[in-house]
Parts: sequence; structure tokens; C-alpha cells
Amino acid sequence: MRNDINCDAFLEELSDYVDGVLGDTLCKEIERHIEDCGNCRVVVDTLKKTIYLYHETAAQTLIPAEVRERLFHRLSLEDFIQEEK
Amino acid sequence: MNENDLQEFSLQLLRSGDRAEVARLVDAYSTKIYRLALKMLSNPQDAEDVLQNTFLKAMQALPKFEGRSSLSTWLYRIAVNEALMTIRRAKPEVDITLKNGENEDTDDDLLLTSFTDWCCLPEGELMSSEAQNHLDKAIHKLPEKLRIVFILRDLEGLSIRETSETLELTETAIKTRLLRARLKLREMLSAYYGERLGQEKI
Ligand SMILES: [Zn+2]
Repeated sequence: MRNDINCDAFLEELSDYVDGVLGDTLCKEIERHIEDCGNCRVVVDTLKKTIYLYHETAAQTLIPAEVRERLFHRLSLEDFIQEEK
Repeated sequence: MNENDLQEFSLQLLRSGDRAEVARLVDAYSTKIYRLALKMLSNPQDAEDVLQNTFLKAMQALPKFEGRSSLSTWLYRIAVNEALMTIRRAKPEVDITLKNGENEDTDDDLLLTSFTDWCCLPEGELMSSEAQNHLDKAIHKLPEKLRIVFILRDLEGLSIRETSETLELTETAIKTRLLRARLKLREMLSAYYGERLGQEKI
């Protein structure tokens, strides 16, 4: 059964597709669609990259040591400041 | 992302105010809460206030914490409320109603205008400090109700379900907002990186 998905229907499934939680059938339909549709392929690739880049910057955003220290003081937990591994 | 915090922390100790256990909880979540607040508010001082108030409120409420939601969801929810209060204080006119709106789908169309493939740019260029600045700016341009969903799901790594529990919205609403947020960011990043790509080819 060739139930071709169009660009609009593709958009609906996009988030689930890039998150890898789409069912097999829809997944195959999307893959078939982006094989023939250059624009949708670029959208998938750049969307994946967008999410990846944000994920990377988030991993680099850590609480600064002095912010942590002030937090522990504020919570009256100053005797535990040294404990961070 | 840690999903077994209930096994990792003793609710009994936390409820009884055991300071060592509370300190462990603070260390497990302080970066997450600080990052959420920083990305939501784009202001380190405000983010620090949200961080402190979140844990102050959590410590007050812990003795009554029943564990109906996970500790993580509960903490994130306090933090989100604190961040939203900060936004409201600065911009009372801004509409940050997080509840399911009737016009969820009609405020603007899903936009797909850029089809430049900038994925091939070198990692150094994609992650330069200028680019990271731009990523932060783009996030800040999102409407608050989209921004918070994107932060919880894609920066903090919560599942759709956890995000929906934290914000007390349906999973459908979360998915709709997430897709919108992601597509808007993709557009903004495409404009930025597309320009870099153009320069590289010259
Ligand atoms: Zn298409």
C-alpha cells in the first residue's frame, strides 16, 4: 500500500519523527517522502541539528561555584558547601 | 536525565528535614534549576533569585510533600512558577497564560520558510561563542509559553509526559507548543547560519 504522505502531513509528524517515537509505518512513509522531497529533508536535518545544538549548550551551562555557595548560605546549609564531588 | 529520584532520595529523611539529605537534593538539582531560570529569564541575577526562592520554598514544603508527583517534577514546577512570577513583575502586560488556550493553533501558522542546509558548517562555527550568543537570543525571542516547553523538553531533557505534569497541561498541548518552538528556532538559526554559509562560500 503506497499511502504517500505530503509535506503538510509530514510537518504534523515531524517532532515525533526527530524524537524517534514514531511508529514504523509512519516512519517509513516519512523516510520515503524525504527521499523525494529536498525541502523536507533539509527541514529534518536542520531541525535535528537545532535540537542538538541547544542540547550541547545546555550541557555546558553549569551553576557557577559562587552561585552555588551563595545558595548554600541562603539555605543555611553552609556546612555542606565542601561536599560537592 | 535522572528518572529514579524517588529511589535515590529518602523522602522520609527529606520530610524530616535531614540537612545532609536536603544538601544532596540541592546539589542534584541546582544546576538544572539555575539553567532553567537563566534560559527563561536571560538574566543571571534574576536566575539566581529564582534558584534561591525555589529551594527555600521547597524546603518549607518538603515536610508536607506527599510524593504524588516525582520530586523532580515537583521542583521544576516550583521553579517554573518562580520564573513566571519574575516575568510578570517585569512585564505585567505580557500574556503568559500557560493554560490550554482555545486559540492554541491559530495564533500563527507553522512556519517553514528557510530551506538552506547549514548542517555541514564545521562544529567550531556552529558552536562559536558568537553562535551560542545567538542561540540564547533566539530562545528569548520565543513567546514565554513556547519557551518554557522547549526548555523543559529539549534543554532539561524531560519527557513529553514529565513536561506535561510539570506545567499541568495536556500532552497534546505540550506537543503542539514544542513543535512550534522548535520550528521557530530552526527558522531563526537557519537565518543566522545561512548567512555564515554564504560567507564561507565567497
Ligand atoms: Zn515535502
